[in-house]
Order: sequence, then structure tokens, then C-alpha cells
Amino acid sequence: MASSPTPEFPPLDLPEYKRYGRQMILDGFGLEGQQKLKAASVLVVGAGGLGCPALQYLAAAGVGRIGIVDHDTVESSNLQRQILHNEETLGLLKVDSAAQFVRRLNSLVQVTTYPNALHPSNALEIMRPYDIILDCTDNLPTRYLLSDSAVALDKPLVSGAAMRFEGQLCVYNLNASSASSTSPSATPDKGPCYRCLFPTPAVGGGTCEEVGILGVVTGVIGNLQAAEAIKIILGKNEPKPSLLLYSFLYSPPFRSIKLRGKKANCAACGDAAGGGGIDFGNMDYVQMCGGATPDWLKEGMKAGSAGSRVTPQELKSAIGTDCNTVILDVRPRTEYGICSIEGSTNIPITELLANPSSALTSIAPSGDVYVVCRLGNDSQLAADALRQTSQEVGGDVDGGRKVVDVIGGLRLWSRAVDEKFPVY
Amino acid sequence: MSSPTPPTIRLQIEFSGGLELLFSHTRKHTVNLPSTVPNSTRPADASYLILYLRDNLLKERPELFEEKGTVKPGILVLINDTDWELEGEGEYELKDGDEIVFISTLHGG
Ligand SMILES: [Zn+2]
Repeated sequence: MASSPTPEFPPLDLPEYKRYGRQMILDGFGLEGQQKLKAASVLVVGAGGLGCPALQYLAAAGVGRIGIVDHDTVESSNLQRQILHNEETLGLLKVDSAAQFVRRLNSLVQVTTYPNALHPSNALEIMRPYDIILDCTDNLPTRYLLSDSAVALDKPLVSGAAMRFEGQLCVYNLNASSASSTSPSATPDKGPCYRCLFPTPAVGGGTCEEVGILGVVTGVIGNLQAAEAIKIILGKNEPKPSLLLYSFLYSPPFRSIKLRGKKANCAACGDAAGGGGIDFGNMDYVQMCGGATPDWLKEGMKAGSAGSRVTPQELKSAIGTDCNTVILDVRPRTEYGICSIEGSTNIPITELLANPSSALTSIAPSGDVYVVCRLGNDSQLAADALRQTSQEVGGDVDGGRKVVDVIGGLRLWSRAVDEKFPVY
Repeated sequence: MSSPTPPTIRLQIEFSGGLELLFSHTRKHTVNLPSTVPNSTRPADASYLILYLRDNLLKERPELFEEKGTVKPGILVLINDTDWELEGEGEYELKDGDEIVFISTLHGG
């Protein structure tokens, strides 16, 4: 007969002993550990590269109730890292695709889906029913909103982030009273919130779509987020605030940093905020973080000032009629190495802008210059810089040499001119 | 007659979170920093280091690293693996052998 379970936690059903036995026999986990997981609830915000692996382990471990927030749908470019989604769930809402996976993995888990973008008007309502919040999002405004909401609700926030070959992990608002029922007066030991560390939002920084991300990096960080959540549920988390850095490329790959505690003058969790957090109603998080991220696809398609931009078809006919046509590709070298227009020259945008006149002299001395990039945004900057430089060195170079850039970049080139040209 | 070389301190500098892209795409650097701020008696501190790195080591887009005499928002500074806020921030006096890490916070996922 099973020993009598700890009364404040739900009892386990017979199949659960077998299912979770491998972790229940661990010293320091035991029956009570499994009961704590069963009684616990975790909200995973973002069902992408970080959220997928986190959800997988939280569900497998037997967390009783899991919420999933995401408003996006599954695309093929997600599958390289968002491992709960698959070829059959392309086009579905990510919350539905992820929930389907979780239910197949562990039907004992109660799953709730929120196909919403998190917003000041719905954040508290969505987060309130959960013990722990996982920040698996991909943008700065939502990170601040989650932090401010977690402070207002006094809940720990397990935050993951990843980009290129690197990841970061931090638990904010640690030792929130809801997580450590033993010491409700532990205010001085409270960990920092996101605003304690970053009072002023950093503007810019790029997205995974722009700068890239390796799947195993989000996998490592997402798994660690699940681990931290489980530690908090079991009461085994490290009480001192720290930031963990992971780098795929370096040895040793991990580095842990001691962080400041909660800041007394923090706008969200500091004494002045009175413990109630920030006033959500008056907060425009997107504006606070430098405004909406431009729609680069759309920006790259704009007509531009007269004579400054040409269509991919115009480039195509220029190549056909003038053998002196110079195609200048300003993407980073690695992207150029993936695919390029035959006969083009590569000068990355950063190098070109740092020294436009040297770029101008390093390309073929005559022929009109057609600047291209991935979507048609950097090419506008590059063409502007080249035109300005050529004016400074004496009007139109070589008597009327023209510098234009290609609308829509290689993305549109592939669609309108050469459908065999890869889109990435 | 050559003027005496000003005394320097040797620091290990590291950039991560994408900041390395601004510093010759190189993560780790060894820097010999003048032990006092030039034309003053002020010992070299973290604030001076930031300006020194901007002027001597940084290769592109200085606005992504330095702002108003300190690091741009979103950059954490670590002094020997500890948040610089626990060490006096810009006023921390650098010592020979210190390891200073600049980390840009990531937003993606
Ligand atoms: Zn705070």
C-alpha cells in the first residue's frame, strides 16, 4: 500500500507512481516532489524556440496545469528549432500545435491555450491563475510587460533569451511570496525584476529572423527554463540572483554571474512603486522600447525617390543589355555565400557604410551600379551613401554612371525574375 | 630622450551577446590601460575604461556601445564575474588582472 500522501498536496493515482517512479525515487524528490508538481501550474509565454523545449519537459515531468500563450501560426522556418511543431501542423496556431503535442505526451496535464498577443489589458488576467511564469518571448516590449505583470502579481518569472549562438537565463522577481510560503516577510531577499537590471530599454538589437539563431541554443535555454521552474516548485532554487550565459562556440560554454538584488528605486518593484507595480493603463510598452519594429518586407518594397530604385525586372534587362552592369550585393558575407546573382560583387553593408569611397573604387570602374540585399532595405542605405560619395568626388562618376538599388531585394528577385533563386 | 612609458594595468576584456561584432568580431581582448586617466591623477576606473575601449578598440557603430559616458542601456557590465552595480559601477577602480565582461542583453527566442 502507498504511504499516506502529504495532506496539503493532491494524491497520486496508481498509474502515476509507475509513470513518474524514476524521478520519485530520487533523494530529495520523493512522493512529495511529484505531488508538488501535480499541484503546480506554469504559464509558458511564447510557444517558439524556448517555449517548445520548456513545455516538453514540464509536461513530461507531470506539472499539473500548463498554460500556453502565443498568437502566431506555425511556419516552415520555425521547425529548425521549435520542436513541438511539425510538418503536419504547419499553418496551425502555435498554441494548438503545442497543446496537441503536450496532450499526446501526457494526458494527465491540464492544458489551457491563449491564442493572444500579451497586452497590458489582458496580461494580469492570463497570468493570475498560474504559480510561475516562463518568459519564452522574442521581443523587448513583451519582456518588460511580463516583468511588470509578474511584479504586480508577485510571481517568479523564469526568463530565457537566445540569439545567434548565445543564450541567457535569469529568474526575476525570485522569492516572490507566492513561491516561498515559509517566509512571507522576505522582502529584503527578493530578487531583481527585469527593470532593476535594465531600467532603460535598449533600442534595436535585431530579431532571430534578421540575425539568426541556432536550434540547439534555444533548446539548451528552454530546457534550463523548465529546470528552473521545477526547482522553484520543489523549493530547491538558488535564492541568490544570478544570470547564466550559454555560448555554443566557447569553452567552457556556461558562465554564471552574480547579480544585484532588487533595486530600492526600481520603477516597478522598488519602494516608491509601493509594491503594487507599475501603472499598466498608462504604459505603452512598444513606444517605450523605441516604437514598433518596422515591417522590413514592406519597407524594402517602397518606391523610393524618383530614379533611385529599380524593379528586379529592370535589373534583369540591364544585365541582358549592358555587359558593364555592376551588381553590388551588400549582404553579410555568410548570406552571400548561401546564394547570389551570378557576376555580382559582395561588399557587406557595414564595410560599405564605414568607407563608401573605398567601396566605390573597389568595384568595376564603369557601368551602372545596381545595389541588392535580402529584402531591399540595406540596399537603399548603401545606394544613398554611394551616390553621396560619388557627388563629393566630382559629380557623376565616369560621366553619368548611375547608382540605383533593387526594390524588394533578392526576395522579390526570386519571386519576379528567377524562381529557382533560394529564399531564406 | 624618450619619455617614460606611462604605467599601465593589464585587463582581460570580453564581449558577448553580439557586442563582439563591434570589436573586430573578437570576443576576448587583452588591454593595457593607462593606470591613471591621462592629464589627471584620477586612477583608471570603469568609466574611463568604457571611453578608452570606445576610442581604441571599437571598430564600428560606437553608438551601440557607449552613451552619455557609460554603456548603452541593455548592456550589463561584469567585474570579475560580478554585476558592476555591486562593485561601484563606473567608479570601480580597476586593478591589474581584472576581468571585465560586457554583455548585451538578448531579446530573441
Ligand atoms: Zn525592479
